[in-house]
Amino acid sequence: MAQAASTDAFVAFERVQKSYDGETLVVKDLNLSMPKGEFLTMLGPSGSGKTTCLMMLAGFETATYGEIKLDGTSINNIPPHKRGIGMVFQNYALFPHMSIAENLSFPLEVRGMSKSDREKKIKRALDMVQMGAFGGRRPAQLSGGQQQRVALARALVFEPELVLMDEPLGALDKQLRETLQFEITKLAHDLGITVVYVTHDQTEALTMSDRVAVFDDGRIQQLAPPDELYEKPQNSFVAQFIGENNTLQGVVEEINGNSCVVKLDSGDIIDAVPVNVSKKGERTKVSIRPERVEFNKERLKEDAHLLKATVKEFVYMGDIFRTRLSVAGNDDFVIKTRNAPDQRRLRPGEELEIGWLQEDCRALDA
Amino acid sequence: MTDATNDPAATAGPTPDQARRADAADRAAGAPMLAADGTPLKKSLARSLRIQKARALMLVAPLLIFVLVTFIAPIGDMLFRSVENQIVSETLPRTTARIDQWDATSGDAPDEQMFEALFYDLFIAEARKEHTRLGTRLNYEQTGMSSLFRRSGRSLDDISDVYLDQFEDLNEAWDEGRPWAELMGEPDWIADQEEFDAAEAEGRMPAFRVRDEMLELLPRAAATYETFARFAQTEDEDSPLEEEPWGLVHTALYYDLMEADVSGYNGPQAALLKEADAAVAEFETVNFKEGMLAIDKDWGSVETWTTLQMYSPDYTSGYFLNAVDMQKTADGPALRDADERIYGLLFKRTLFMSLVITFSCIALAYPVAYLLSNLPARTANLLMILVLLPFWTSLLVRTSAWKVMLQQQGVINDVLVWLGIVADDSRLVMINNQFGTIVAMTHILLPFMILPMYSVMSTIPPSYVRAAKSLGATNWTAFWRVYFPQSVPGIGAGSILVFILSIGYYITPEIVGGTTGTFISNRIAYHISSSLNWGLAAALGSILLVVVLVLYWAYDRIVGIDNVKLGG
Repeated sequence: MAQAASTDAFVAFERVQKSYDGETLVVKDLNLSMPKGEFLTMLGPSGSGKTTCLMMLAGFETATYGEIKLDGTSINNIPPHKRGIGMVFQNYALFPHMSIAENLSFPLEVRGMSKSDREKKIKRALDMVQMGAFGGRRPAQLSGGQQQRVALARALVFEPELVLMDEPLGALDKQLRETLQFEITKLAHDLGITVVYVTHDQTEALTMSDRVAVFDDGRIQQLAPPDELYEKPQNSFVAQFIGENNTLQGVVEEINGNSCVVKLDSGDIIDAVPVNVSKKGERTKVSIRPERVEFNKERLKEDAHLLKATVKEFVYMGDIFRTRLSVAGNDDFVIKTRNAPDQRRLRPGEELEIGWLQEDCRALDA
Repeated sequence: MTDATNDPAATAGPTPDQARRADAADRAAGAPMLAADGTPLKKSLARSLRIQKARALMLVAPLLIFVLVTFIAPIGDMLFRSVENQIVSETLPRTTARIDQWDATSGDAPDEQMFEALFYDLFIAEARKEHTRLGTRLNYEQTGMSSLFRRSGRSLDDISDVYLDQFEDLNEAWDEGRPWAELMGEPDWIADQEEFDAAEAEGRMPAFRVRDEMLELLPRAAATYETFARFAQTEDEDSPLEEEPWGLVHTALYYDLMEADVSGYNGPQAALLKEADAAVAEFETVNFKEGMLAIDKDWGSVETWTTLQMYSPDYTSGYFLNAVDMQKTADGPALRDADERIYGLLFKRTLFMSLVITFSCIALAYPVAYLLSNLPARTANLLMILVLLPFWTSLLVRTSAWKVMLQQQGVINDVLVWLGIVADDSRLVMINNQFGTIVAMTHILLPFMILPMYSVMSTIPPSYVRAAKSLGATNWTAFWRVYFPQSVPGIGAGSILVFILSIGYYITPEIVGGTTGTFISNRIAYHISSSLNWGLAAALGSILLVVVLVLYWAYDRIVGIDNVKLGG
């Protein structure tokens, strides 16, 4: 999120703003730079401005203010067809009146490539997505997954260095989605292309990306690799948006470098890592991941603060157990435990004490 | 859990396992698939679909029946008139029965027998007032026939009166109804008729019955008298007992008596008949041929008889030949003289102008539809109202408005003169010609082009064009290679609508078309309502229908009717 984009950035947004109606900003002061070969995902709820960013990069929307640079040169005034950016759309956007081969041939034809070269490239691109046998078919004769593979091949066939993907897997079923997630990632790394991927599916974002930019309210809330994003959310929005999260509200009692004590609204005291709080008396939202909550005291530090909890609901989910507790006045406190042979199954009504490692508990903005 | 649920036989239906095994066994044995109740699956399916079909049919039935009764049947009847020609053989039955014996290439008018048959036919037709209709019909094929028939009808008495007068001079009784009736009619019928006349009752008279004896003895007179008696009873509602017969009957009697031997006759009025029989040999006679020629010399012309001969069959191709500027001649169909050809020109003009109108509609509607489908819904709806506005205005009002706009003292000319572009004495002629028709009809039919185009274009997602541009296509390439092909179904639907509507358009060309801007439909309307040549109108209509169907077929072959979308 550094203001000064590094000079070797392949794609750079510099102070980009976008407004459709002249009254509200859809994208507010966006700064982003990504190196060549990176797989970057823009993640966010609908209306957060992520698709607008993608469209500005593709050239279908113009930035109201600021500059977008590609490989060091500003592309603000370059029309989409001269940007040389491959794009994959959510509804595939395969031309229905052309066969698969003709669809792939299109970007090569407009570049004035000879017929033999075209055929070679089309074959290679189709083989790449395991669709080599489908060249003569029409898009309507293919399944959703096959269409998306073709769309991918079409976006790659003219060998762009940057490929944009706008929720490409949104319309597919879960299993197919997972297969294609893997394939896209592999393809991107094999070809060494730079990918900007837009999705509202956080699992997709976490599994595919080198870095994820979480969008909300027209701003990037956090830009970080998946693990950092999940384990070290910078603010309560990111903590809430990525994965499942337990939130407890309270006031900072004591702050001391890398640790702090928070007094919850219920009066309980807990330990946390201060992230977005700086001084005593500040209100805070404390965030803790369900799988980091522990009720086996042997695994906790001896001086850890413990909280009383009542089991409300136990859900068997196969690989894990999801237990809903009432903790410090919060009835939606969830813990997840692995389905291991020695794992205890909690019964509703049971009372217990829970705790966690201090570094797993993050005191964020209120 | 009880034991019952573990026993498959105790459950209501087969368990999935059993069913799967049973299905597998059936397939292995090649047995047809069975429904749950044991009937073959195909039969079961057909039954369930039949109910659906019946319900669908019932929903359509009211409209279907309505259309069949009020539209399809009358149209079918109308089109049938394009080949129907029974009027000739119905009006002139004796003549048409003989006419094939006449050889048109001989160069002479037919013989005496033919004229005798013609005289009988014409006399009866004149009594029924049918000869003028036939004259009108034949006049379509050869001018002068109408007046020939009308004049002949008036003068037929010239021939029959010769015999009528001589019979009257011989005996006053031939001038009265009663003796004739007794001579020809069955005694039973005479009694019935007397009773009816005495009662002065309303309603149907007892139908005349001729005596079989008379049919043998005096075949012509008996048959003619029968015709007369029936005609008097039904048409004039007069009693044959009191009506003096037509001169035709006297004429027939003369010829019968010349041939027949009545000496053995002992029935009613035998004395009267025998007296006449004795006298006829001395009668002054008339030759039918000479008589008819005296009435009108056209009866002697070969053309008259050729026309009669060619149009004597019950069905004729004459209307269709006429509709394509041809006519029947003795040597088969031939083109009409160049100055008589009109329909070929009209068909060509209709097709040409319809095409021009269709293309100008495409050219004007495409940008509008494109704009509409790419605007936000609110603005698009507002503009759509403007497009639909002409729909809500009367067709006549719109056409008349164009008349006001385009005429030489009209708005456009005034503005051009005011601007100095056109001199006052050389104002543009923009109405009552093809230009006016094309302008007015393009305007009137435009919504039919815009609407299907719009509904197709609004289903084309913007992502296609975006995808094309991201793949490196310029705006024009993206439009021409990606957007346009997908909008073709809309153009197709609009073109079919506009073309088929315009090819049969009537009101607008009638009002603004003048002489050079009229369509074939105007000619059809003229024949339906003014010239009353319904056969020709039907033939022209049939040709128009066939042309449209052929074009539709060609369109299907070239573009594919599946590619036509009115929406969705």
